[in-house]
Amino acid sequence: MPTHQSTESFILLDVKGKPCEDHCILQHSNRICVITLAESHPVLQSGKTIKSISYQISTNCSRLQNKVSGKFKRGAQFLTELAPLCKIYCSDGEEYTISSCVRGRLMEVNENILHKPSILQEKPSTEGYIAVVLPKFEESKSITDGLLTQKQYEEVVVRRITATTATS
Amino acid sequence: MFPLTEENKHVAQLLLSTGTCPRCIFRFCGVDFHAPYKRPYKELLNELQKFLETEKEELISDVPNPPPKKIRLQELEDGIDGIDNLSQNGEGRVSILEDGSIASKNSNLNVCNVCLGILQEFCEKEFIKKVCQKVEASGFEFTNLVFSVSFPPQLSVREHAAWLLVKQEMGKQNLSLGRNDIVQLKEAYKWITHPLFSEELGVPIDGKSLFEVSVIFAHPETVEDCHFLRAICPDCFKPAKNKQSVFTRMAVMKALNKIKEEDFRKQFPCPPNSPKAVCTVLEIECAHGAVFVAGRYNKYSRNLPQTPWIIDGERKLESSVEELISDHLLAVFKAESFNFSSSGREDVDVRTLGNGRPFAIELVNPHRVHFTSQEIKELQQKINNSSNKIQVRDLQLVTREAIGHMKEGEEEKTKSYSALIWTNKAIQKKDIEFLNDIKDLKIDQKTPLRVLHRRPLAVRTRIIHSMETRYVDEHHFHLYLKTQAGTYIKEFVHGDFGRTKPNIGSLMNMTADILELDVEVNHFIVEMPVCTLNSTKFCFFGGGRGH
Repeated sequence: MPTHQSTESFILLDVKGKPCEDHCILQHSNRICVITLAESHPVLQSGKTIKSISYQISTNCSRLQNKVSGKFKRGAQFLTELAPLCKIYCSDGEEYTISSCVRGRLMEVNENILHKPSILQEKPSTEGYIAVVLPKFEESKSITDGLLTQKQYEEVVVRRITATTATS
Repeated sequence: MFPLTEENKHVAQLLLSTGTCPRCIFRFCGVDFHAPYKRPYKELLNELQKFLETEKEELISDVPNPPPKKIRLQELEDGIDGIDNLSQNGEGRVSILEDGSIASKNSNLNVCNVCLGILQEFCEKEFIKKVCQKVEASGFEFTNLVFSVSFPPQLSVREHAAWLLVKQEMGKQNLSLGRNDIVQLKEAYKWITHPLFSEELGVPIDGKSLFEVSVIFAHPETVEDCHFLRAICPDCFKPAKNKQSVFTRMAVMKALNKIKEEDFRKQFPCPPNSPKAVCTVLEIECAHGAVFVAGRYNKYSRNLPQTPWIIDGERKLESSVEELISDHLLAVFKAESFNFSSSGREDVDVRTLGNGRPFAIELVNPHRVHFTSQEIKELQQKINNSSNKIQVRDLQLVTREAIGHMKEGEEEKTKSYSALIWTNKAIQKKDIEFLNDIKDLKIDQKTPLRVLHRRPLAVRTRIIHSMETRYVDEHHFHLYLKTQAGTYIKEFVHGDFGRTKPNIGSLMNMTADILELDVEVNHFIVEMPVCTLNSTKFCFFGGGRGH
């Protein structure tokens, strides 16, 4: 997001208990949240190749069907923290589910990554975003309560590295 | 000359005997010229009684069902006594008026059962003077005025009752009386009081005046007069949020138009009974219609919003363009409040250069409204001296209509901007030169995330007409843009998560961001005449387009 704008970034670690599947939530002061992969997410580690991305999260539900209309964004799909946004299939056979992380209404998903999955890896925190979510007005402050700040996250990453080097 | 004729006699006699004042009698007799109403009350009463007395005997015998003679004579005698008392003690009445005492002891000052004193003591000089004192104390500057009165709604009920009574009486003489054949209370009141106000304040009464003096009358004693209407016409009296009572004048009038004559007569005495007291004055209010000041402003600060920036009741920045200008105007015009409007707006961190952005300020209820062009110039200077964050030019008084012209400027098709760009990769002069050659570049912009919370999500096509670059250093350059109105410049530079395509970053194949943005507002200026409040011609904002 533009450097000079009032955006804060938050990290949710090990989403759904899966180690290192960290998500990043960029929240603008107008409460809009952009969901992206955190740098430490396995998909972004060297050697990974994305085979495909799918917003079809179940047989009946595709995030691509999400349509919002008007100033009040009627018709948006509602997401809980654990609601899946998309699935990323890697060429090594691994499959990752990206979750919403915040409660709110789905504004849009990033269709560009469907046509060109590589931008997800090249620019994960900008053009390679996953989705835009609008939290409820009254929850817009509290949804980030349990999340790590950028600084806390960096400390965790350092600790993780020391932990791996220690065990190896 | 006494305005009543032989054929009015029955009606006049009937009304006077039931407690109606001479002026109301004139109204119900259709006297539609001003002069008789303006004459002193005691003279009118005196003459009326004389007029009726001349053929009293004949009159009474004419009435088919005369009330007992005794009563009628008694009343007339009382009246005559009253006049005698009054002429002996002319000052007595003044004191009664001044101390606000309601029921006068003089029988000739019985409160009129139709107008509840409106055409009696509220037409007297003493009352007019009292209003004028209020007007003068209010401190408004005015050269004319419009006078408005509000009567209690139950007056309409009494008027209706009196009308039915007179209609019936005239019916006996095979005469008809339509609603429009009687002179409205408000009309008669105006005829009497307007010249008095004009004389007292030394300015003309003008229906188009921006200065309004309004008097609101109430009559607590008879508020329940109109309550019976609700039972008969419930749908006329629906409660509304902004109404204090359902019994508004309009609702009562509506119900009176609907109600059947016999129903009304069953519920309300015709003639209406005599009240103890005259109306009370609920309020004497002065107000001046809004005046408008327009001009152009430049904003030289990247830390100043156009209007107060308040989120969750908390102020983000202590000032705003609007306040820097309006605070001075409020003080000088001694206005109650203001409304700021402008031809477009800029972000808090964007400077506004060029000839400046047209703006207009509505000053609500201003106490001072007359200014020379020199005074306006000084006011502009005062605004400009008090802050270096903004500068104002072309400040002037304008008409309300001129504000509409200002808004037209928003439709200006092309906008000019100047931006300072940062790039993540090192750049050479030659790396940015290609931007100068791009003409009429079509871009697709999804609603920027920074405004998505308050605007619909859509993709809009905009045109970047031309760009000009000025190299600064390895990571910075200036970009001058001419774009179609409605283009989000910041998003065109950084791409907004790839949601504006193409963008400066994608064109240069690197990450770009915008550090500073200025907008140039250059509406074509024509030499403008000094606009006065009454001038209808206005050429200040015109010609803004296509520049």
